Amino acid sequence: MTNAPRHTALDALHRALGATMTDFAGWDMPLRYGSERDEHVAVRTRAGLFDLSHMGEITLTGPQAGQALDYALVGNLSALAVGRARYTMICDAEGGILDDLIVYRLADEEFMVVANASNAQVVLDAVTERAAGFDTVVRDDRDAYALIAVQGPASPGILKSVTDADLDGLKYYAGLPGTVAGVPALIARTGYTGEDGFELFVAPGDAEKLWQALTEAGADAGLVPCGLSCRDTLRLEAGMPLYGHELTTATTPFDAGLGRVVKFDKDGDFVGRAALEAAAERAESAPPRKLVGLIATGRRVPRAGFSVVAGGEVVGEVTSGAPSPTLGKPIAIAYVDAAHAAPGTEGVAVDIRGSHEPYEVVALPFYKRAR
Amino acid sequence: MSNPQQLRYTKEHEWLSAADENGVATIGITEFAANALGDVVYAQLPAVGDTVAAGETCGELESTKSVSDLYAPVTGEVVEANQDVADDPSLVNSAPFEGGWLFKVKITDEPEDLMSADEYTAFAG
Repeated sequence: MTNAPRHTALDALHRALGATMTDFAGWDMPLRYGSERDEHVAVRTRAGLFDLSHMGEITLTGPQAGQALDYALVGNLSALAVGRARYTMICDAEGGILDDLIVYRLADEEFMVVANASNAQVVLDAVTERAAGFDTVVRDDRDAYALIAVQGPASPGILKSVTDADLDGLKYYAGLPGTVAGVPALIARTGYTGEDGFELFVAPGDAEKLWQALTEAGADAGLVPCGLSCRDTLRLEAGMPLYGHELTTATTPFDAGLGRVVKFDKDGDFVGRAALEAAAERAESAPPRKLVGLIATGRRVPRAGFSVVAGGEVVGEVTSGAPSPTLGKPIAIAYVDAAHAAPGTEGVAVDIRGSHEPYEVVALPFYKRAR
Repeated sequence: MSNPQQLRYTKEHEWLSAADENGVATIGITEFAANALGDVVYAQLPAVGDTVAAGETCGELESTKSVSDLYAPVTGEVVEANQDVADDPSLVNSAPFEGGWLFKVKITDEPEDLMSADEYTAFAG
């Protein structure tokens, strides 16, 4: 057993680009290439290129692949149309979130589950175990794909210049097989930035060729390589949860304000159903705490784990925080007691190393792109 | 990156200029430190009139990913804080040895382990 970090197929390229690397869930990943702020702005205004090859792919095939996922996950995946994708979650029997996922239906009898790198093994093990009674085969495809994302308002134009695939017909949360820059790819219109964009699943051996082609195709539009640091501030502004921060095994989808992903009306039982029904009831009648946005009036930055305070009492906890390049102020997502969770609530502060810095309570997200 | 020869350096990655005729030296963080921090978004600098002690914290630098304590390389009284950096902390990244200086101290005592540019370059790798 070795603890050496894993490297993606694009590792040499990142180093040649002078990336600052960081350990992320056992992978050596680019944190930033230059200024993370400039990378963030590039994605909001032009385009950015990301290596997301650490994400974990799991493929299910066979006549009962959909039913197996209906049982294993909280969503209604057998109802998903071929070529479409769905944001969903996998929970334990107590309703705690094991991971949040995107599931693509690639064919009638083929689904691809994309898990967070940090949870990929847990998800693979759980799905394999839960699918045992169904006529399906669960395949570990983590090493079968590199994942490159091109995100930002200029991304459709950039991608169109290197593919004949029908991108105009490709809706948000849809995916289709195609060829990009001569490379076979699953082209998905998904992302984690709050912008329009695409995620391209390709064979690791093709990753460098695709990255270089996109870099060239995007040069005039101002596309830049982007690291995980700006990916985090982009998703935070867009109010998207991150596993290990807003989502944990101690939270249910209802705690996180994402109860809509739980489909009680699907056929058959699923893991966590009874606990989640109770969680839904609790969230409806007496929510213990709510996930809210906080915007600083000062300049000190709240970080995960900092206490939210009001009237001298701790009323919540920050789960993610960062300076927001778009708002020009520090922002945070926090779980806050329901009594202090309404937007505009007065007197809420974050304890930043002993100093109570005033914060404004707002509804999520902080940023929504114009459509 | 190169560390200016005329400055002296600490293990906390601060630099210190030679004192002027009034015994006042300028203090900042090195380019190595600025690169390691990433984009600096907030600088809490010591106030004019504060007494700072060598090796002790006297402020903080906040970047996108983290917050770092600022250590005083020498003991003395703060005579100026860089208002330009307070207004635009990105100066610490763009010009760490020049416009991104942090504060000035009238030195009353200094430690013996300040490093030369060559020693610091070897230390920071």
